[in-house]
Amino acid sequence: MDELAITVVGHDRPGIIADVAEILAQLALNLTDSTMTRLRGHFAMTLVCAGGLDPAAVEAALAPLAAAGELAVTVRPLRPEAAADFGGVQHVLNVHGADRLGIVAGITRVVADFGGNITDLTTRLVDELYVLVAEVDLPSTVDLETVTGALREAAEALGVEASLRPVETDLL
Amino acid sequence: MTGDTASARSEQSEPRSRERKTEPAWLESVEGRVRPVVRAPATVLSRPAAEVDPTDPAVVRLAADLVATMRVSPGCVGLAAPQIAEPAHVFAVDVSAHPKTRTCHGTFALCNAQVVSATQWKTGREGCMSVPHLTGDVRRANRLVVTGAVPGSGRIVTVTTDGFEARALQHELDHCAGLLFVDRVAGPHAIYARKVYL
Repeated sequence: MDELAITVVGHDRPGIIADVAEILAQLALNLTDSTMTRLRGHFAMTLVCAGGLDPAAVEAALAPLAAAGELAVTVRPLRPEAAADFGGVQHVLNVHGADRLGIVAGITRVVADFGGNITDLTTRLVDELYVLVAEVDLPSTVDLETVTGALREAAEALGVEASLRPVETDLL
Repeated sequence: MTGDTASARSEQSEPRSRERKTEPAWLESVEGRVRPVVRAPATVLSRPAAEVDPTDPAVVRLAADLVATMRVSPGCVGLAAPQIAEPAHVFAVDVSAHPKTRTCHGTFALCNAQVVSATQWKTGREGCMSVPHLTGDVRRANRLVVTGAVPGSGRIVTVTTDGFEARALQHELDHCAGLLFVDRVAGPHAIYARKVYL
């Protein structure tokens, strides 16, 4: 059964999540993984639903939310995927510095070149300060100091600070 | 700090209050100036600070400036020299008015401070005057022993503390090492927008 990828982006107001979830519940769509945040003040939500409905029908049901022109809603079919596991070791990557073009591109390229998989990422621009925090699965065969050295080199070229450290997970 | 070793004080024997606080002796001989606080991405905030001579009158004036600037900044519980554009290993701390404070040593400043021991790690949210629009969840030791030199006399003291004062000390020590809390936030969902600095 296909899954549906739904995005809702636009002007923030109280009640958007409740409205979306209510319509999906009425359609008997099971809201599985989702994430929502505000990006530069804009509401931004991405979610994956299971339920096997026609994407066009779901988009039509959500259309009233977009009617005022303040929210953009998309619904696309997805083939279900098994949870990807690259067998890597989880790390946190912290980057900050003066905003300029190419920070994300330059830093994430280093991660990709080492076979690192970014599983989560947040960036924030506040005044002149650009901050990037990411979770990175690094192959266990990769030497952390080598990656850190390459990141430091890329960071220096971009005029930012970058650090990478293993995630400490305390199982209780 | 009253002696060479300032032990942890219990909440029962030392209730929190600005009134009970005494000024450190070195602060009585110098009047601090309020200095502008620099914000990230200023380079001075990302470079390790140089060790100082704690008996140098300029270092005492710097420590007094840190206290003066801290006191006029609402909600500020600590300030390190790099935050006022001085790449020197000096910071001031005063958590006495903060509701989360347990052990409290009032107003104090340390030069060339180092961590002796750090245990009982806990995650908590913190902000910074030099990163005024963000806060973040950072793992810090809840029990901490730090040594450092007192401005003026240069006397080496040991500060044994916990809770919020321990967090503040680690935050200021990080500044002296060229680190910001954004270098330590626990992950992509551990950083938050903040509208105003209190």
